[in-house]
Amino acid sequence: LTAGLLALTLLAFQAASAWSDDGERGKELFGLCKRCHQVGSGATHRIGPHLNDVFGRAAGSLAGFRYSRAMREAGTGGLVWDDATLDAFLADPHTFVPRSRMSFDGIKGMDDRAALLAWLQGYSGGAADLPPAEPTATPEEYGLDVKILSVAGDPEYGAYLAGECTTCHRTDGADKGIPSIVGWPVDDFVIALHAYKSGTRVHAVMQMVAGRLSDEEIAALAAHFQEVEGNP
Amino acid sequence: LAGGRPRVVVVGGGAGGATAARYIAKDSQGAVDVTLVEPSRAYYTCFFSNLYIGGFREWESIGHSYGALAANHGVNVVHDWAVSVDRDNRSVGLAGGGSLAYDRLILSPGIDFRDGSVPGWDLSQQNRMPHAYKAGSQTQLLKAQIEAMPEGGTYCMVAPPNPFRCPPGPYERISMVAHVLKQANPTAKIIIVDPKEKFSKQGLFEEGWQRHYPGMIERIGPDFGGDMVEVRPEAMEVVVDGEAMKVDVCNVIPAQQAGRIAAAAGITDDSGWAPIVPHTMQSRADENIHVLGDAALQGDMPKSGFSANSQAKACAMAVRGALTGSSVFPPRYSNTCWSLIATGDGVKVGASYEATDEKIAKTDGFISQTGESAELRMATYEESLGWYDGITADMFS
Ligand SMILES: Cc1cc2nc3c(=O)[nH]c(=O)nc-3n(C[C@H](O)[C@H](O)[C@H](O)COP(=O)(O)OP(=O)(O)OC[C@H]3O[C@@H](n4cnc5c(N)ncnc54)[C@H](O)[C@@H]3O)c2cc1C
Ligand code: HEC
Ligand code: HEC
Repeated sequence: LTAGLLALTLLAFQAASAWSDDGERGKELFGLCKRCHQVGSGATHRIGPHLNDVFGRAAGSLAGFRYSRAMREAGTGGLVWDDATLDAFLADPHTFVPRSRMSFDGIKGMDDRAALLAWLQGYSGGAADLPPAEPTATPEEYGLDVKILSVAGDPEYGAYLAGECTTCHRTDGADKGIPSIVGWPVDDFVIALHAYKSGTRVHAVMQMVAGRLSDEEIAALAAHFQEVEGNP
Repeated sequence: LAGGRPRVVVVGGGAGGATAARYIAKDSQGAVDVTLVEPSRAYYTCFFSNLYIGGFREWESIGHSYGALAANHGVNVVHDWAVSVDRDNRSVGLAGGGSLAYDRLILSPGIDFRDGSVPGWDLSQQNRMPHAYKAGSQTQLLKAQIEAMPEGGTYCMVAPPNPFRCPPGPYERISMVAHVLKQANPTAKIIIVDPKEKFSKQGLFEEGWQRHYPGMIERIGPDFGGDMVEVRPEAMEVVVDGEAMKVDVCNVIPAQQAGRIAAAAGITDDSGWAPIVPHTMQSRADENIHVLGDAALQGDMPKSGFSANSQAKACAMAVRGALTGSSVFPPRYSNTCWSLIATGDGVKVGASYEATDEKIAKTDGFISQTGESAELRMATYEESLGWYDGITADMFS
């Protein structure tokens, strides 16, 4: 995971340094977040909560998103997102909110975090005319056929198949070296597994695991894991 | 079924048994009466016990209790040894007296050592020459002996012949011993006396040893008498091909067979392991008994905690299907074994498997490559931490 994200970070960084404008750079860096979070008009909760108006809101406080207990307790304990707290969180998410289920290793560069946060702030404070939210994942970006999204999944079969996954992925949703996969929208889950299966997303274990799953099995797993509560 | 709930007795609360008990109890939601027989109150995992020896894990972090299986899933945990199986009357005799009746019996007793496989060694010598191949006081003892080695002393491992639990286990241990000695006792020597031509992840381990511990580790394979070894515990000598050498620590990992209760139940064959039906993990000798993990003779899966956990889920589904009529799907077996070579230098090997009539057969696999970047090796190590957390939750939570 680290290696993949590191590569992504570098890529984003190289791409970013071509831009002189800080706003463009922040937007580019949001590329690290956009497979999980939406921001902009029409943004909804995906793998992570939407990030509109994140500045000034208590951590773990949005209705309709199943946060980890750790994130909710951070919020009720007084954590409010602002420049300083967001900067500390993004520098090292797992240290700042231990046992959060945000499977992201953080952004090491201080300037990168500042650029990202400056850009993100534009989506807080009730700004009107926000640009439309971008989708978290599309079949096209991984070279997949859109019809994988219309396969129906049987959650009971998914519950059985999940036995193979929970040797590594925790059902309580904790992220510790292996990402959290509970409570994801079905489409994001299906696209992620097909991306491994087709090899557009590279990881030896997950390519092998996904390699033998049929379209129906992937849909069944997605239906099952969407319902897994984690540790509410 | 005598009117009441169907009864499942599980012998052995390790990777196979704890998982099977948990999944049957959890998924049947009280419809099946599950009893787990396990003598120890705390299960220390063999997996990551090498990391404890290397100083990467605290002892407490590899110990687990059975409390949650009872509290969360209603498993009846009996701390006792199973000593006999009466297959005709379907009951298990306990060392403490009494017996437990079953409709299905699951045996996951792990391994026992073969008598006489290393001349000069038997269990009475395990304190002078520890095996540390069942985790517990043996592991702590071996670590203490390594740390007490005289400056420039010699650690010798007598490695086991195939098949044995955790194929990369002895070689991961060598890496961890070297890691400790490199810091505390850099002129010490490590000798592996090995009856096998080759071993798991050999290229990866040898590359890592060369890089991290040059000149420290010597392996004596069968070409040089590695298969003709004898030990003299009183004199702390290892005799290879007739030649005696003095050592300071001797880690004897003998040849292995299924935990003795499997033979007592009469379900092992000449190999010393218990043949099973690949689709359900049922014993080939008795359809009311299932055998999991290291004890099973199943085909291509390595004897690992991951494999035992994977087999336990297929078994749990088959048992529930037979006793409660719940749905039964084709089993899906898989395994991944991580090993740590040095700080942040993790490697892995894994495969997926399917049930055929003859055996559990490998369908696909992967292995780390030599020459990988430090970042990738670190990511692999971090994955193994995640896996440990995941599998122990899958067994005990
Ligand atoms: C050094 C080392 C490193 C390892 N590293 C890894 C690794 O990284 N990854 C991995 O996947 N695997 C690893 N393994 C292998 C793994 O530990 C075993 O394959 C796994 O524990 C097998 O599970 P099991 O259920 O068959 O047996 P065990 O987990 O050994 O459980 C057997 C249980 O049965 C109990 N028992 C035995 N007889 C009786 C009886 N008569 N009555 C009642 N209870 C009984 C025992 O007390 C024990 O608790 C390692 C092993 C070693 C030794
Ligand atoms: C042997 C360990 C292992 C097993 C078994 C396993 N996974 Fe994974 N999984 C991982 C690792 C490690 C990653 C991170 C991979 C990466 O960096 O791309 C991952 C990533 C994922 C992701 C993407 C996570 C993200 O944040 O984008 C999904 C979805 C997923 N796994 C689903 C599954 C499902 C479903 C199964 C079972 C059918 C499964 N996994 C079995 C180890 C495992
Ligand atoms: C792999 C998925 C993933 C990635 C990548 C990711 N996040 Fe998250 N994020 C989550 C999840 C899941 C949560 C909820 C965490 C919890 O409940 O513990 C979260 C929570 C948050 C929160 C707290 C929101 C709240 O309502 O309290 C913020 C802020 C945040 N993420 C910002 C970011 C930013 C900025 C990035 C990129 C630089 C990013 N995240 C990358 C999945 C992700």
